[in-house]
Amino acid sequence: MTPMTADSWLLPALVFVPLLGALAILTVGRVAAPGQELVAARWREIHVLTAVTLGIEAVLASVLWFTLDAAGATWQAVVNLPWISEWGARILLGVDPVSGLMILLTAWLMFLSVVGSWNAVKAKLRSYYVLLLVFTAGCVGVFAAIDLLLFYVMWEVVLIPLYFVIGVWGGRERVGSSFRFFVLTMGSSLLMLVAIGALWKQSGAGSFALDALVGGAGLGQTAQLWMFGAFFLAFAVKSAMWPFHTWLPDAQHEAPTTAAIALGIKVGAYGMFRFAMPLFPLAASHDTVQGLIIGLGVIGIIYGALVALVQPDFKRLVSYAAISHAGFVLVGLFAGSVESVQGAVLVMVSSGITNAALFLLLGILHEQRGTGMIANFGGLARVVPLFAVMLTLVTLASIGLPGTNGFVGEFLVLLGAYRAYPVATFLAGIGVILAAVYFLWAVQRVLFQPLVHEANRSLRDLNRREQVVMATFAVVILWMGIAPGRLLRQIEPSARRLVARVEGVAAPASPAPVAADATSRTP
Amino acid sequence: MTHPLQGSAAELVWLLPTLPFLGFLINGWLSIRGAMRERVSTHPARVTDAHARHPQFTLVSAVGVGTVLAAFGVALAVFAALVAAPSDAGPFVQTYGSWLPSGDLRVDWAFQVDRLSMVMALIVTGIGALIHLFSVGYMAEDPGYPRYFAYLNLFVFFMLTLVLGASYAVIFVGWEGVGLASYLLIGFWFSETRNADAGKKAFIVNRVGDFGFLIAMFLLWANLGSLDFRDVAARSTELAAGGGLVTAICLFLFLGAAGKSAQMPLYIWLPDAMAGPTPVSALIHAATMVTGGVYLVARSADLFALAPAASLTVVIVGAITAIFAAVIGLKQWDIKKVLAYSTVSQLGMMFVAVGSGAYVAGVFHLVTHAFFKALLFLGAGAVIHALHHAYHEVHDTTSDAQDLRLMGGLRRQMPWTFGLMWAATLAIAGIPVLSGFFSKDEILATVFRQASGSALASASWLGISGAFILWVAYGVLLVTALLTAVYMTRMMLYAFHGPSRVPGAASAHVHDSPWVMRAPLVVLGVLTVVGGWLNLPALLPMGPVAVLEHWLEPVVSRGAGLLSAGSAALSHGTEQGLIGAAVAVAVLGIGLAIWRCRPAAVPAIDAAQPTSGIEYVLANKFFVDEAIQRVIVQPIVKMSRLVLWRGIDVGLLDGVFVRGPGYLTRGIAWAGARLQSGLVGSYVWVIAIAVLALLGLMLVGGTR
Repeated sequence: MTPMTADSWLLPALVFVPLLGALAILTVGRVAAPGQELVAARWREIHVLTAVTLGIEAVLASVLWFTLDAAGATWQAVVNLPWISEWGARILLGVDPVSGLMILLTAWLMFLSVVGSWNAVKAKLRSYYVLLLVFTAGCVGVFAAIDLLLFYVMWEVVLIPLYFVIGVWGGRERVGSSFRFFVLTMGSSLLMLVAIGALWKQSGAGSFALDALVGGAGLGQTAQLWMFGAFFLAFAVKSAMWPFHTWLPDAQHEAPTTAAIALGIKVGAYGMFRFAMPLFPLAASHDTVQGLIIGLGVIGIIYGALVALVQPDFKRLVSYAAISHAGFVLVGLFAGSVESVQGAVLVMVSSGITNAALFLLLGILHEQRGTGMIANFGGLARVVPLFAVMLTLVTLASIGLPGTNGFVGEFLVLLGAYRAYPVATFLAGIGVILAAVYFLWAVQRVLFQPLVHEANRSLRDLNRREQVVMATFAVVILWMGIAPGRLLRQIEPSARRLVARVEGVAAPASPAPVAADATSRTP
Repeated sequence: MTHPLQGSAAELVWLLPTLPFLGFLINGWLSIRGAMRERVSTHPARVTDAHARHPQFTLVSAVGVGTVLAAFGVALAVFAALVAAPSDAGPFVQTYGSWLPSGDLRVDWAFQVDRLSMVMALIVTGIGALIHLFSVGYMAEDPGYPRYFAYLNLFVFFMLTLVLGASYAVIFVGWEGVGLASYLLIGFWFSETRNADAGKKAFIVNRVGDFGFLIAMFLLWANLGSLDFRDVAARSTELAAGGGLVTAICLFLFLGAAGKSAQMPLYIWLPDAMAGPTPVSALIHAATMVTGGVYLVARSADLFALAPAASLTVVIVGAITAIFAAVIGLKQWDIKKVLAYSTVSQLGMMFVAVGSGAYVAGVFHLVTHAFFKALLFLGAGAVIHALHHAYHEVHDTTSDAQDLRLMGGLRRQMPWTFGLMWAATLAIAGIPVLSGFFSKDEILATVFRQASGSALASASWLGISGAFILWVAYGVLLVTALLTAVYMTRMMLYAFHGPSRVPGAASAHVHDSPWVMRAPLVVLGVLTVVGGWLNLPALLPMGPVAVLEHWLEPVVSRGAGLLSAGSAALSHGTEQGLIGAAVAVAVLGIGLAIWRCRPAAVPAIDAAQPTSGIEYVLANKFFVDEAIQRVIVQPIVKMSRLVLWRGIDVGLLDGVFVRGPGYLTRGIAWAGARLQSGLVGSYVWVIAIAVLALLGLMLVGGTR
């Protein structure tokens, strides 16, 4: 069993800090009588408490990220405590650079989005922030859990707050959106629970530890296929992969800014990377399965792009763009090369970043005009120049312009996938063209052209707080685009492990490194 | 082994893109700061009152022009170092850091100094500096002055990245980057939907080409294991010559080149790109960016030489584009549109050259074209600027300053512009001793020579023999040369000769531009006249012979040699005959234009447009844009909206997965009732406490 180490305090701290923050906020809120709106002074306290909590969380996540050693042990900052000893379930936490990166992303996105959308929520502020903090804790748990049962518990902790957030603070169609989200995610994760139980029973290992079950624990291909299917479904739904995506545009459209950003964190794609694929390599390396999933990915890329093209509402457009990006993640993960898997991880991260920045910017418009319909804008570049610069930069990153974060991930996915799946790569490449079409068209209709709606003349530009937040995004977008080297090197061992595990099962006879014989390869 | 350029001025190559990038940062900052201070909502007058200088005019100009001029100085120094180095030294690669280390992939931020990249760098910074200087006058009274220079500097930065990049991946950064700069500059006056549309169209059409570039990179990496030029060149010999793989790589590269360099069928963005300020058209859409595709093919000479079928495709597309655009150019009334179609046509000519293995001829024409086409565009800019001011003087807000039908007789008021533009016109038409004559003649002569006996001529393209294709291409180019002379002369006659058709009193206010704009024209005029000396044919020894030929030999000779293997040198008699034919065609074209295009007989601007026949088709540019709209764009949008979104997404998927079963509906009602009860606070309490309790229990259980 993996031993505890000196940095074992980090992961529990990352889980409990947001929960303690949530408790503190609940205490503040209790001063007002139940059912009444809070007085303004309390609002400020709640805002500050939330921001400070998430700020601490972001700092902790940074500490975690920078203390991770890519060349070191598979799992770091390990917590290993007994939990339900009858079943062999343990509180087993541990991260590798990929999960460390996801925790870093989550903490910073939550922090920046709360700071960047200060005034987005007016009603029931206290509950809103409590739920978001619980979500943050759950998210860290999902990324850090390496015990399957613990992972499942955390998975549910992530889903429930989101369900409430959409249902209560969403717009006009909030109840429908929330329920759609609930039915799809709960239904599919119950299947995953069944698969976890079956895996536990069939493996006979008497443990839920990932390390004990990885590789399928001696299960045959048929069993692996079934269980993989259950995991895949849960993850596919949560990451809004085609055709399980319809809840996302609705939910993100109705949800307040921070919740929309929280919905965009790629928990599902991470689940594929960490659990579904290494647990069931016989299924994940199965030709038909790979072909099918990559096919779904490609459909998602093109379908998402085409539907984004015709969205009259900018937020929905961004959601469909995210569905398109999710397709790149699928293709990258299942194409089975180190480059494509690294690319997929980068797409998870950078699509989270650019989508968050877009939702923040659109939230600023929405706050002032009460609408996100593209047709209600136009000519904004003259009125809100800073906003325009930021929207353009973030859009270009989403389009995948070289020099921005968006390019690196997509490029590596396609480059790495080409050798095994040329046709799919070719089709996915068309998505790159389409991304330019839908985003530039939308940006043009918002920022450029004549200013026709008088109401837009009095829009305010980014204030100081928003400037700082957006500047942070800009720096990250460019830094990841120009110098992703450290990041790539950090996550490379994890990517190699996954590829070795999945492909190693598929073709144990030829684990040949590509560089050595690349030149002698025949087309 | 150290490279001979180690320790020389060539190590300063990093300064080349850095300088304009600094300019971009400074001007960009000034622009944003200015825009935030003077929001349009508080100063609505600012938009209409365009004729006042920007408060930071001097600083912006100094930074904008200065950085590019300094880069030109650096380029000269590097070039000098390169001249001093031995010719067999090979490319000098400077690596600045790792960009994409992933798996087996290694892509570095690296620049490559070699003879081809430095020729391009000199053109980009040299012509770039002249055009920046011209812009100081041309854009002086535009409220977006700092933004303009920020974008223009940004363009130079990316263009230098494009030409200096040491691998396909780094080139691709510049490749998409110039597309971005072009997008921003075409839509510079973005308040008009038409301009914003044009910028977007340019970016998207270019993206189609970039898709090809990407696929080519994937193929290279999957098969050669590298994206570096040095590795690719070294390993290209392992590819089966004429095989499907190398042909595919080259065809995809050419798709990228065709997008950037506006070749059939991706040329459609370039005429629309004229919506940008005219100096932008001169720099980006004539002299530099659009030649990026020609550069890419020349850079990949080693690959194209292995794929005769791909090379022949380049010839075919180039030839079709050359004549097609020249024909459309015959009937345009907008002075910039004439020049735009002319550029497309001339680019086609360059592609015929590089496609037929005449890489030096292609690059030579690229250089001379940069001289005379920049001059023509800036001259047109001077005319537009003068007319615009004249209209402003007499408060005429409706007349079009770009329409040839409203010009005429300008030679009296703008003698400098008149003389210099005629020099450029004669050069592009191919009148002897001017630069365009030599470069065009070299293309024609090489295609003629390649058509018999060469390796390319004996290759076949979809069953058609290479020789036949090259013969036809020669003929097409000859006809194109004739048409070029015709439409250029027509433009000059209508703009500068005959009676003035400038409406109202404005005519009296037209005059030559200030010196800040005139000086670049003069420099370009000199280059237009003497640029041919760069590469004189042996037949006309008026100075050192074939300088450019020898200069570029180490870069392209292997590729050129492979394609032209077997073809014999032309005899002096044949060569004289070819030159005679080219000159005759040029003179004939000019004569035809003088005979047919009487300035006195120009139709009025409001005259009825032709509604049928060839004139109608030409005036509407063969309806290519309309066809693409109807066949591609509209069906995709309609299908996406009705089938994918409304049908599959909202109808099918939502229906099946979410709304289908009836009990779910009841569930929604139940959940809705609970959610709206206002007891959310209690729920939140329950959740938070439950989670905490659960986690606490785990810990307690754990320590037991």
